[in-house]
Amino acid sequence: MERKNTTRRDMILTGMLLVLLMIGVALANRYLSSYLVRVLNTACIYVVAAVGYNLINGITGQFSLGPNGFMAIGGYTVAILMLPLAEKEAVYFIYPLMWPFNSFSFPPSMFVVALFAGGVMAALAALVIGIPTLRLRGDYLAIATFGFGEIIFIIANNWISLTNGALGIKGIPQYTNLWWTAGLAFATVYFVKSLVNSSYGRAMKAIRENEVAAAAMGVDLLRNKLLAFVLSGFLAGVAGGLFVTLISTVSPTLFTFAMTFNLLIIIVLGGLGSITGATITAVIFAFLQEILREVEAPMTIGPWHLPGIPGMRMVVFSALLVALMIFYRRGLFGRWEISWQQVISWLKRERIQHE
Amino acid sequence: MGRVKPGPSSDKGYNMTLVTFFQQLLNGVSLGSLYSLLAIGYTLVYGILGLINFAHSDVFMLGTYFTFFVIGIFVLPWWLSVVIAMGLCALVGMTIERVAYRPLRSAPRISALITAVGVSFFIQNLGLVTVGARPKGFPRPELMENVYSLFGIRIQGVVVWVPIISGVILLFLLYIIYRTKTGMAMRAVAKDMEATRLMGVNVDRIILYTFALGSAIAAAGGAMWAARYPQINPLMGIFPGWKAFTAAVVGGIGNVVGAMIGGMIIGIAEIMIPAAFPGLTGYRDAFVFAILIGFLLIKPSGILGEAQKEKV
Repeated sequence: MERKNTTRRDMILTGMLLVLLMIGVALANRYLSSYLVRVLNTACIYVVAAVGYNLINGITGQFSLGPNGFMAIGGYTVAILMLPLAEKEAVYFIYPLMWPFNSFSFPPSMFVVALFAGGVMAALAALVIGIPTLRLRGDYLAIATFGFGEIIFIIANNWISLTNGALGIKGIPQYTNLWWTAGLAFATVYFVKSLVNSSYGRAMKAIRENEVAAAAMGVDLLRNKLLAFVLSGFLAGVAGGLFVTLISTVSPTLFTFAMTFNLLIIIVLGGLGSITGATITAVIFAFLQEILREVEAPMTIGPWHLPGIPGMRMVVFSALLVALMIFYRRGLFGRWEISWQQVISWLKRERIQHE
Repeated sequence: MGRVKPGPSSDKGYNMTLVTFFQQLLNGVSLGSLYSLLAIGYTLVYGILGLINFAHSDVFMLGTYFTFFVIGIFVLPWWLSVVIAMGLCALVGMTIERVAYRPLRSAPRISALITAVGVSFFIQNLGLVTVGARPKGFPRPELMENVYSLFGIRIQGVVVWVPIISGVILLFLLYIIYRTKTGMAMRAVAKDMEATRLMGVNVDRIILYTFALGSAIAAAGGAMWAARYPQINPLMGIFPGWKAFTAAVVGGIGNVVGAMIGGMIIGIAEIMIPAAFPGLTGYRDAFVFAILIGFLLIKPSGILGEAQKEKV
């Protein structure tokens, strides 16, 4: 009885949060500079990708290095589907775009279908890699997904009649706005949180803690690992599609291993396995990246003139990752998740202290 | 990212005659022996720690740069520079183990893997910041420049000498592993770390020694790789490293002889398949991926590997 009430209360509170988020988006669109809106967009895309990545790495405990490949698949799928026909002729001037993609183009109203298709294509790729590697114990997933990202790079460079090769695709209409990114970030967090709290999620956590014990309890290892990996691929594909329609261009160098590395930093810093952590650090990371961009530029502090060191950001980030693993493995949030119950009891305690 | 240029003789698209077949085969053996050298480092570390040492490919890259700078600054002969680079890389390998991997030995597997990726990325980006992304031309040693002719087949020096030097190094390695006390300790640690410690072996020292050995061999491989593809850049290790790990999987991960065989298979396949189908040259790296997936589907334990043990 009480449980039912709290579920209902949580749903109402979540609904209120969604309304608040919508008001926030409306205000941001109105009052914030286009630069800040862009950073917020990037932050929300990072949330989608990082929460998805966390599902396989943090919650199921299987080490994947694939998100950049899946994001590339999603990005190219959305780009090819959404690019207007006139642009298609202009962009593919070396080799014409292959049939059937040269004969149609999605109208703007079908953007959500294109995003879904991008996610599905990435999920299919995840399925193809997942079946041979996730059957095995050990770290074969890591090495296969690492290679997969490079294979996608090679295909994007060589299959010119589909991807336009190294030149990439330019002039993709900029459909992504804060409504899309924030909405999908919200949906991703809600969906993954519901999944993790379901019996599937408990099976995934059991696999992370001890595969043998999980199998002994009747958990189907392959099925649950595959489910986590395919869903994570799907979300990465959607994030890739959002990203491509945000910056309105895609090329093979857009989704390199550096992208996976950024996501890895996000989920490790947030605490492997914590959705709350992945969400909050994804947003922090998007802003941190912008701040550190300044560090790389040449600076003058008083009498000293420091030349800018391009690439220093990644040195700092990788050193940070190693240091985190050695000294602060639990990350900012550990495996802690925020819940409405905690928020309410926290608020109540505050009030009691006031009285 | 650093992309390996196509080999010297695979982009002409001629029909295969017997002569070109042998030329390509020798070329493949030469490339394969380099993968073998690199694969050994992966398989040694995986056998002992169960860790994919992602940083190994960057030690390989450092090997080429150390050789490059020793030749350039101290004007030493090529072979001496390689020996110095091997020593330096052994130090780097031991430092990585001591600083980054040892504190995580009892941590969950995924933590150690993430650290390995972090170390790898750190070395690559430090390289980009210090020596820059622009490829440098590596001075080819004279020995590798010569052209030999055997039964009417013209062969480049690289194709002859790389397998020979690699062969000597591999024999030396097998001697260390199977005929010395330290080698016996290494094999014992791989079988059961705890029991080996109880037998009075200093396990930490043996692990350090393993890293030193693997890194030195990777440096030798790197120096010869640069003689083959004389453009070096800080990201050059990524692809050879990943293929060498695939070679270790194909041969049976943890097995030294398997790594050598796997390296040969990958090297020969990488040269022979595009030679037979010139239209697919752009996809040469994808074949290695297909081989990896194929082996994982059909024989995941590799050619010489034991079936996976169920450790509870």
